[in-house]
Amino acid sequence: MNSDSRITKVQELVYEIRVRDVMKDDVVTVSPQTPMSKLQDILREKRISGAPVVDQDGLAGIISIDDFIRWLAEREEDCPISEKMTSDVQTLYADEPLIHAVNKFEQYGFGRFAVIDRQDKRLRGIITKGDIIEGLLKKLEIDYHKEETQNERIQRFFEDIYADRIALFFQYNVAGQDFKRAGESSSRLKATLGRLGLHPQVIRRVAIATYEAEMNLIIYADGGRIRVRVEPHQILVKVEDSGPGIPDIEKALQPGYSTAPDWVRELGFGAGMGLNNISNCADRMNLRSTVGKGTHLSIYISVENGAKSETN
Amino acid sequence: MKLKDIERILEAEVIVGKELLAKEVKMVCGCDLMSDVLSFAKSESLLLTGLTNPQVVRTAEMADLQAICFVRGKKPEQETIDMAEDKDIPLLVTPIPMFESCGRLYQAGLPGCSEYKK
Repeated sequence: MNSDSRITKVQELVYEIRVRDVMKDDVVTVSPQTPMSKLQDILREKRISGAPVVDQDGLAGIISIDDFIRWLAEREEDCPISEKMTSDVQTLYADEPLIHAVNKFEQYGFGRFAVIDRQDKRLRGIITKGDIIEGLLKKLEIDYHKEETQNERIQRFFEDIYADRIALFFQYNVAGQDFKRAGESSSRLKATLGRLGLHPQVIRRVAIATYEAEMNLIIYADGGRIRVRVEPHQILVKVEDSGPGIPDIEKALQPGYSTAPDWVRELGFGAGMGLNNISNCADRMNLRSTVGKGTHLSIYISVENGAKSETN
Repeated sequence: MKLKDIERILEAEVIVGKELLAKEVKMVCGCDLMSDVLSFAKSESLLLTGLTNPQVVRTAEMADLQAICFVRGKKPEQETIDMAEDKDIPLLVTPIPMFESCGRLYQAGLPGCSEYKK
């Protein structure tokens, strides 16, 4: 990842992350009646440089170490915190995006903001610039870690196995006429290939081809099964049914040729593009069919080429 | 263009994915035929469609589309919403019909899938 895209990532994150995700919620608060002379001990004990002042109605103000120093310097008599605190408090809502917090820090130059609930206006936490940086770094680290572990996982897995030939095998059973669940097998296959860490473009091609084939099983063949073989160089998706079979394969392969009933067309399928789409996603496709017996479709997708070429 | 710009341009209501509006959309595909979407929509596209059944979400999932916007005020059925939530695919509804929706986005600078260049 180059530096440009990393900057974009941070820019993206400050919109994505909420104030509540990075704020500290175990806030040390003081009461307005607490004497100023006690403040030093509280700040030192809790290792903080300021605290929200809270009474029974919620947030009453905010007091910082600066206020304390000013009070010391002026050598005034002891008084309640309420007399020295900032009572016109700038706050942030817990559900605001982090960018609002960043802007407010810039605008006011404060060291901290109290975070309140948008609905009941109660104090939810406190946020400092340090919290923002820490939150961003943590999120970046998690994303980076995910990327690292995802990348080429299957390639490493295959390298660790000593054999003349290695393959992973998955089978999905597809029920016929079950339009509610149509696409579920392809969805599960796609998620599985994702976990294996294959290239996204390879996964996309396999997913689109399998999905079209799965729709065909449901529309025309009263179900069937999808068997997938993943090898280091190639993925084979075998789609088999014992349906009515295709009388004229050449015709079926023509774009736009369809025998689909209207209810299928209403769902956005059945326009005679399915086999064509599959063939576009595949490096090689093999279709065999016997009327009255069923149809066997083999889709070969190369792992190496797949990463380089986009089908569409 | 961000999804939240599209929300504004199409005066759309966000049904799923209010937290995903920072997602980037690079191009648009306006289509009611899912097989066509699967064959020519590129990943990083927004899909504008009049169909609201769950297969639209499945199609978006398979083709790695960024989001779906239903045109002419068509509200999706609950199953469609549930699936979109499950797959983290944002769903928007615009009151504007298909042709005008396409026109507004095109005017705002979004290309179609066939003209998009990286």
